[in-house]
Amino acid sequence: MNILTELGYFFTDPLMQRSLIAAVIVGVAAPIMGTYLVQRKLSLLGDGIGHVALTGVALGWIVGAGMGLVERDALAIPGAVVAAVIGAVAIEFVRERGKTSGDVALALLFYSGIAGGVVLIGLAGGTNANLMAYLFGSISTVTTLDLFMIAALGVVIIAVGVGMRSLLFAISHDEEFARASGLPVRAANIVIAVIAALTVTVSMRVVGLLLVSAIMILPVAVAQLMTASFKTTMRVAVIVGVIVTVGGLMITYWVPLSPGATIVMLAVLAYTLVAILKPLFATKNGRGHDPHPDVPDDVALEGVQGALTKEGASCNE
Amino acid sequence: MSTDTILQATDLHVTLGASHILRGINLSINTGEVVAILGANGSGKSTLIRALTGIVPATSGQVEAFGVPMGKFVPWKKIGYVPQRVAATTGIGSTAGEVVTSGLLYGGRLRLPRDHKARAHAALEQVGLDARFDTPLANLSGGQQQRVLIARALVREPELLVLDEPVAGVDRPSQVAFAQTLAGLVETGKTIVVVLHELGEFRPLITRSVVVRHGQIVHDGSAPAPTHDHSGDDHDHVHPHEGFTPEGSALIQETGFES
Repeated sequence: MNILTELGYFFTDPLMQRSLIAAVIVGVAAPIMGTYLVQRKLSLLGDGIGHVALTGVALGWIVGAGMGLVERDALAIPGAVVAAVIGAVAIEFVRERGKTSGDVALALLFYSGIAGGVVLIGLAGGTNANLMAYLFGSISTVTTLDLFMIAALGVVIIAVGVGMRSLLFAISHDEEFARASGLPVRAANIVIAVIAALTVTVSMRVVGLLLVSAIMILPVAVAQLMTASFKTTMRVAVIVGVIVTVGGLMITYWVPLSPGATIVMLAVLAYTLVAILKPLFATKNGRGHDPHPDVPDDVALEGVQGALTKEGASCNE
Repeated sequence: MSTDTILQATDLHVTLGASHILRGINLSINTGEVVAILGANGSGKSTLIRALTGIVPATSGQVEAFGVPMGKFVPWKKIGYVPQRVAATTGIGSTAGEVVTSGLLYGGRLRLPRDHKARAHAALEQVGLDARFDTPLANLSGGQQQRVLIARALVREPELLVLDEPVAGVDRPSQVAFAQTLAGLVETGKTIVVVLHELGEFRPLITRSVVVRHGQIVHDGSAPAPTHDHSGDDHDHVHPHEGFTPEGSALIQETGFES
């Protein structure tokens, strides 16, 4: 009954080993992609893609059933990948045009994704229960085949997200400047959309489509509380991501809770704790200085002229 | 086209949505010139500069940079663009150093060079902000942010610098500081195209003024006198009246054609 033997069971259980690997991959990959989404103010994009991916899951199911596969949901992940990529690229085109009607177009896409998935799974002879595993995650049922797919997609996401960081940062930070620099803005935007779609499908088995955005965005939100630069935000977000996914998984090994929801609640808890504790450490991480931006006054006051010329003087250094 | 023409627009038309913004612009800019593009709000001067840098595609007509039609093959390294204002601070904080470093990427170079850190430091040094390398952009004043954006344009050591209303919404001391920075760049022989609402502090630097009105060039040459009633009802003042000028003369000062 001691903790070490319990941990021993946890780490030697093949089921848990698969789940653990999947959790670590998602914990690393999702926050990397989430950092770009938060920077582009597209925090909810993951949700939208998740909705669309559900139709892909159902289509994969139908195709799998049609081919007479033993594992009827073997094609669920490939189906979700295809649907999510198409959906993400469609969203990117709507975003690029920037029309107000785009908002409604996105809503149409999202809801048809969820409803389409439910209808299609019914036509294929399945029930909503079959979809629950995808909506809320079922990390404990990850098969070896699933794990290979998750690992392969995870490698692609991490390679692009880290390897192309400076380019993706430049384009996400100031798209107009990127255009004026001759950077391939449109191609890079599509890369981001596609990688975001892959992240959604990878995270689907772990936290579920309905919570997929949370594992992409919440670690970044936690990191933002502690960091000042883009680079460190991404690094800290990955650390937080791994801690909450692995931590959530371990908790649910002993306590019968939904792993996906537990992971997300851990991330929320991390955010709350950091937000509360942050003021206590303010001076330690150099944030304890005057929070007001260094802006000259816009009113002239007798005797404090120095403040007005501070800006002008500092440039002559 | 002569060899020292570095930016050329030929019968340039730009339509955005239902608006025909630029209506037949012919303009060529030569090496070493310091050109001010002037015009009222909504005259099309910003769209002109955005078309000249490839941000907005030409609907008809042509833009050539360094003798190459606008597109993939333009030598992008030679062009540095400074936008009107900092893109609204994005979701993730980024430091001045990170922003400047992003200027090292351009068409044909999608990866950072090895010495990117040293070059970003040097560019920030040029605008007097090297000490702020690790400071988040959001913690800098408007004027300092503007200088970071200039450093981002300078970091790739361009021959042509294009600035869109660099002093709009910037306090007077920063405007003076900015004019000094620009004077330094003119001395190093850079070609500069700058969109301005008022000549103001820049007057001594400008070698040529182009006035845009209703999407067409109505003046190209020396600095013009104000020809429309600057205080009329149709004039929309968006720039700040922050100058520490004596009471009563602020409006005249802001036109920039006096003083």
